[in-house]
Amino acid sequence: MRNPQLNDKGELQHLLSIEGLPRETLIHILDTATSFVGVTAREVKKVPLLRGKSVFNLFFEPSTRTRTTFEIAAKRLSADVINLNIAVSSHTKGETLLDTVDNLSAMHADMFVVRHAESGAPHLIANHVASHLHVVNAGDGRHAHPTQGLLDLYTIRHYKKDFSRLSVAIVGDVLHSRVARSLIHALTVMGTPDVRVIGPMTLIPAGAEKLGVKVFYELERGLRDVDVVVMLRLQSERMRGALLPSAQEFFKYYGLTPEKLALAKPDAIVMHPGPLNRGVEIDSAVADGAHAVILSQVTFGIAVRMAVMSILAGN
Amino acid sequence: MKIHIKNGRLIDPSNNIDTQADLFIAAGRIAAVGKAPAGFSANRVIDAAGLVVCPGLIDLAARLREPGYEYKATLESEMLAAAAGGVTSLACPPDTEPALDEPGLVEMLKHRAKTLNLAHVYPIGALTVGLAGERLTEMAELRDAGCVGFSHADVPLQDNQVLWRAMQYAATFGFRVWLRPQDGYLAKDGVAHDGEVATRLGLAGIPAFAETIAIATILEVMRATGTRVHLCRLSTREGVAMVRAAKNEGLPLSCDVGIHHAHLSEMDLGYFDAHCHLQPPLRSARDRDALRQGLKDGTIDALCSDHTPVDEDSKLLPFAESEAGATGLELLLPLTLKWALETKVPLAAALARITREPARVLGVDAGHLAEGHTADVCVFDPERYVRVSAAALKSQGKNTPFLGIELPGKVRYTLLQGQVVYDAGNG
Amino acid sequence: MTLVLPDPESLCARLVSQLKPHVSADTALVGIHTGGVWLAERLHSALGIALPLGQLDISFYRDDFDKTGLHPQIKPTQIPFEVNGRHIVLVDDVLYTGRTVRGAMNELFDYGRPASISLAVLIDRGGRELPVAAQYVGASLDVPPGRMLVLDREENGKLRLKLDA
Repeated sequence: MRNPQLNDKGELQHLLSIEGLPRETLIHILDTATSFVGVTAREVKKVPLLRGKSVFNLFFEPSTRTRTTFEIAAKRLSADVINLNIAVSSHTKGETLLDTVDNLSAMHADMFVVRHAESGAPHLIANHVASHLHVVNAGDGRHAHPTQGLLDLYTIRHYKKDFSRLSVAIVGDVLHSRVARSLIHALTVMGTPDVRVIGPMTLIPAGAEKLGVKVFYELERGLRDVDVVVMLRLQSERMRGALLPSAQEFFKYYGLTPEKLALAKPDAIVMHPGPLNRGVEIDSAVADGAHAVILSQVTFGIAVRMAVMSILAGN
Repeated sequence: MKIHIKNGRLIDPSNNIDTQADLFIAAGRIAAVGKAPAGFSANRVIDAAGLVVCPGLIDLAARLREPGYEYKATLESEMLAAAAGGVTSLACPPDTEPALDEPGLVEMLKHRAKTLNLAHVYPIGALTVGLAGERLTEMAELRDAGCVGFSHADVPLQDNQVLWRAMQYAATFGFRVWLRPQDGYLAKDGVAHDGEVATRLGLAGIPAFAETIAIATILEVMRATGTRVHLCRLSTREGVAMVRAAKNEGLPLSCDVGIHHAHLSEMDLGYFDAHCHLQPPLRSARDRDALRQGLKDGTIDALCSDHTPVDEDSKLLPFAESEAGATGLELLLPLTLKWALETKVPLAAALARITREPARVLGVDAGHLAEGHTADVCVFDPERYVRVSAAALKSQGKNTPFLGIELPGKVRYTLLQGQVVYDAGNG
Repeated sequence: MTLVLPDPESLCARLVSQLKPHVSADTALVGIHTGGVWLAERLHSALGIALPLGQLDISFYRDDFDKTGLHPQIKPTQIPFEVNGRHIVLVDDVLYTGRTVRGAMNELFDYGRPASISLAVLIDRGGRELPVAAQYVGASLDVPPGRMLVLDREENGKLRLKLDA
């Protein structure tokens, strides 16, 4: 099965998921992002790479943060940005997804940044659009959030340099997390020997070990001697779906407090994709503490997205 | 019309025939097998040299989409598809709109099918009114109207009390109950097999035990009521094992598996291919292998197409939003042959799974070529490979993962009650 | 027709003598990656320039991005001095179409408004597609179109010119 992300020349045509991307491609994106970090530190934070190009943010699932970072990244590349928040209701049989995409393509879009509640929606769009259009997956259902995975990878590389000796723990609602899936793929491709997922059994997906991770149901055991702790956001809906009894019990057993963090290596870093649920998955003392690199993730996120967009646009 | 089918390899699993033999048809019936009856003068001679002549195929599950879903397919198009697929008898599940819960609807369906005269249609009646899972239907009336069994289609029958009573009522009259074993709560919102592929793709999963728990429930009620049950569309390894044990125990149980599940697994979902969005879901390779073995050793009685035409728009959606189902009437024979070739099952034994065995499950005298019997015949070329294409499919449903794939077996002629209803030479 | 390539070391010396009368304590040198940076490093030390050396990678400012895409090797751009009001000497190894220099000037202007920009090149090979000229030239060379003239640096730091097909 041909990887739909690559064109006939093996170049990146779309960024749909980290899966299936060779290690060299990931490294290329990270290295390109390094150059863009330099740009964002200047006074004139723009480069003309995408001037004249139109980037359409198609957000079928609302999100201000992610959409804003993509907007900033595109504008720093001098692209024109159009934001579309498309409320999708299964009851209102309006335009189909592909009809919407066709209409927007006709408005001379060059790139679609797509966020959708259903896994696989960006793949469907990528298979459908004309060959000059590029699709960036900004998060599809539980499946993937590749730019997040890349910026997490960038952050870890920035602070820890060498993946081949790292121990990384991903904590929380792994079952529903596209962030977790993308990061797991990214880490395994980069040769990380010890990737762990930690959470109650209800929140660990079936066959998780097949992704190349070790499963822990106890936070204390899972955090022992890790170099990187990635806390996942716990959504309030989980308490309603017979998956968890309460946020309080979750915090008591899976929340990251300074005491729990002390089990990790002394120079461990703490990451979180945001937005934080203080007192649910993470204690304020940790979120605001010296180990947390959460704000760096945001800065790196813009550079990584600039790198992704410019690599795609140039292919 | 007198027809002489000559030079063919006659395979009739019911009568243990697999030999070069001619077939003679007159007045809609088999006049003779092997030697011409005295004074037989054919109006038409079909040269079946190099071809197989077998009973018309019997498909235990084909959705004809009428009444109610005419925008997806019509009786006419789907019956033409059946004829093109060599299928001369088919059972249709009751999940039409409205459900087949009233004798009038059943009579209408049978009448429409008879007028088209392309295949015998055996309706399976609804077990409860509107398939709502509350009130029993008038099963005896429905049987009189033409239903050969009763089922709940793919709609979960959650209330075990109702299931028990329905099975008791059916047993009272000796009716067979067709049940798809899937616990509705465990399968809720699931669209793929709960395993490593669903985890990787981020799709909500249906665990294997959604099927085995349902099978266990059904078997227990069977032990109490003695109801004859046909389990529809097995999908799990453990499910096959449970059926094997239940048959050894002597329970009046039969079961089938869908043709797509005999070949594909969760791996075939690839990059969210909605053509692989099926119910039950495509499960692991181990499950698929157990289904193939079950077909081989007879634990699984029949292969069926589970024909479900879906319009293209309903498949061009993100996986979880797409409609489940695959077209299948024209793939029943090719996919049965492919399974037989790959698992080294002799042709006659393979054909039994789509002729003799389904007839037994339906409880009808069909699927064989005995002298004096209705001449429902399929003549096909077992050596010819055909590429599955949307243009070539007669069904309005072009939804199959096998699009573009070459499959063995080309139907050349289909005869229904002694009349040629499909001739490949004439398109 | 075999082309005789001049010795870059002597061309470098010629540039130094051309530039010397025109540089002051406030002059900034900016080399364009990669050959221009090597050359600029030599000029910088030979001329005793006070301000630290600037380096430009013009990958983000190329005008052929749509055709060739993003270059795989991007080196860092470093401008360690204030650009506003500055007299800048841009340094490149080979001046050809002029597009690289245009991109470099665009990038410099994103850092501020220089008082002036002048251009020093080792080789001017003609073939200009834009109205760009070098004020300081080591040598003019007629290179057949379709062939690439590049500056190379050996292990010991010695500069060498190469002609690629």
